[in-house]
Amino acid sequence: MSTATTTPPSARHTPLSQRPPGTGLRRFKDRSASVMLTAAMIVAMIPLVLIIFEVTRRGIGVVNLDFFTQTEPPPRREGGGYAAGFFGTLYIMALSVLMSIPFGIATAVYVVEYGPNRMTSAIRFFTDVMTGIPSIFVGLFVYGLLVIGWGGMGFGTFAGAVAIAVMMLPIVTRSAEEMLRLVPDEMRNASYGLGARKWQTIMHTVLPAAAPGLATGSMLAVARGIGETAPLLLTAFGSGLLVTSFQGEAQGAVPMQLYRGATQPFEGGVDRAWGAALCLFALVLLFTVLARWVGSRGSR
Amino acid sequence: MSTEAPEAPQAPEDSRGGTLRSGKGRLADPIFKWIVATCATIVLVILALMVIRTTSEAWPVFVKEGFFGFLLGEEWVSGSSRTEITGTYGAWPFIYGTLVTSVIAIVIALPLAIMVAVYLTHLAPRRIAKPLSYTVELLAAVPSVIFGLWGLHWFLPNVMRPFFAWLESVLGWLFLFEGPVRGVGYLPAGIVLAIMILPIMTAIIREVVAVQPVEQQMAAYALGSTRWEVVTKVILPASFSGIVAAAMLGLGRALGETIAVLMLIGGAQSWGVSLFSPGSSMASHIAATFGESSPESRIALMAIGVALFLVTMIVNILARVVVWRLGQFTGDAAV
Repeated sequence: MSTATTTPPSARHTPLSQRPPGTGLRRFKDRSASVMLTAAMIVAMIPLVLIIFEVTRRGIGVVNLDFFTQTEPPPRREGGGYAAGFFGTLYIMALSVLMSIPFGIATAVYVVEYGPNRMTSAIRFFTDVMTGIPSIFVGLFVYGLLVIGWGGMGFGTFAGAVAIAVMMLPIVTRSAEEMLRLVPDEMRNASYGLGARKWQTIMHTVLPAAAPGLATGSMLAVARGIGETAPLLLTAFGSGLLVTSFQGEAQGAVPMQLYRGATQPFEGGVDRAWGAALCLFALVLLFTVLARWVGSRGSR
Repeated sequence: MSTEAPEAPQAPEDSRGGTLRSGKGRLADPIFKWIVATCATIVLVILALMVIRTTSEAWPVFVKEGFFGFLLGEEWVSGSSRTEITGTYGAWPFIYGTLVTSVIAIVIALPLAIMVAVYLTHLAPRRIAKPLSYTVELLAAVPSVIFGLWGLHWFLPNVMRPFFAWLESVLGWLFLFEGPVRGVGYLPAGIVLAIMILPIMTAIIREVVAVQPVEQQMAAYALGSTRWEVVTKVILPASFSGIVAAAMLGLGRALGETIAVLMLIGGAQSWGVSLFSPGSSMASHIAATFGESSPESRIALMAIGVALFLVTMIVNILARVVVWRLGQFTGDAAV
């Protein structure tokens, strides 16, 4: 870095402040590195653009009203839709939201409001670790725990929902934790000053103050949960028919139907898979953008 | 923050549950604490149950094959007994597939993630830096089954197969790129994995790079360094441990990824040294054969799951320890 002495004679008389940093080879390296970094950025953007473009192009022709109201014909035939999958996804997601979000937020409340102690740092650490558990392993765990273990509940909606809830829980907890930390202590003190108990402070002051942030985290978790496929294959198992039972009967979901349609060698099934991909992507995008929007509105 | 003030001031004795001084509702606080604490321990209970439940299910397989026999055995023959383990279960082909695809993914994604992170923090015009980083993070939101669909039906036939054919013609003499090029295999799965783990690695490296002290960089600039020299000689050496953590978190993701790999790796129950040969990863083998398996081989699949869990846990815990040592980070990168 101490290269000031290597200035070539030709540049000797320009004032130092007007000289660009580095000369000759060094400047060339700097320039080409900038070009390289910009190129890397463009390369990193290409897959997203390609995916959005291709999913829209192939999917747009398939998605119509029938796609949401009819069940799927045999893969060889065209037409029909993913009604069963959409219903299953809605059912499973509703159950897993009910399970994961209250627990996730309660965990975050405990960690932020009652910590830090040894227990809360253990919980924080293991929540972090939990985000990295392979989704297929969560499926195996719920299969071992609910489907064949504990009375052998069999495949079904509830087992699938538990698996998705386990996937969503750490995401909800981590983001809720960050949001609760952002609530200024002045508000807590003001609440105590009014004579409120700790639980009243949390329920009436801290949680409402963090509400937009909590909503953001929950929606990001839903966006993640909607697309999960692997754990459902092992717990809900998949079905092409509309299934309303709570447990004991194999349930379908959009990502599972998408996977099965895409891996069969029939045009009809693959076309429907692209349509499902478009819907799934739109849903995920909707939740992600909505989450950011709610979050940015809340922090204003 | 104006709407979040506590609701209309109440006379303390009217507030629900009673105030601190009134005897009424004295138990409310301990009960509330107890409820949230119970919810919080659920995370630990779930993790403990995971380990216990799956390991005890899979135990007979480990007993029959031996732990290393299971990991290094090359033959996978399903039995169909309901009471004991009769088949031969060796998970090596799947472990090999997992390792190869993950290594390909890291080799491609890590340099790219570093470059993108440096671009976003030090080169991008301020106005577009934020939208750009959102776009990269949006890639993380795409469900893996869509990566699989896109990879299998568009990226593979239109981009990768011609590229592989060229690669084979140029580097075919090397054992890694030996033909024939069949389409699905280790390499396409690894490339799509690289795209999938790019966002999380970029997010973490970007944060690490962004918190490097400005003074050192200013000092380097003042000595006459070019931007490239500041990046390679000041910023990157200081961010080294963060980059390692990012690589390990990416690796953890890549090891456990299921559906996209399943759709692109080919599903063969054998292994080959050529990157073009079809195979299976641990996760993809579980998902592919689970549906049609007998109860006995599902137990063997669970044994694969336990092995996969062990590896990803070790990688993840090491990565987390490194990240935690680095200090505070926002939650975005952790997800």
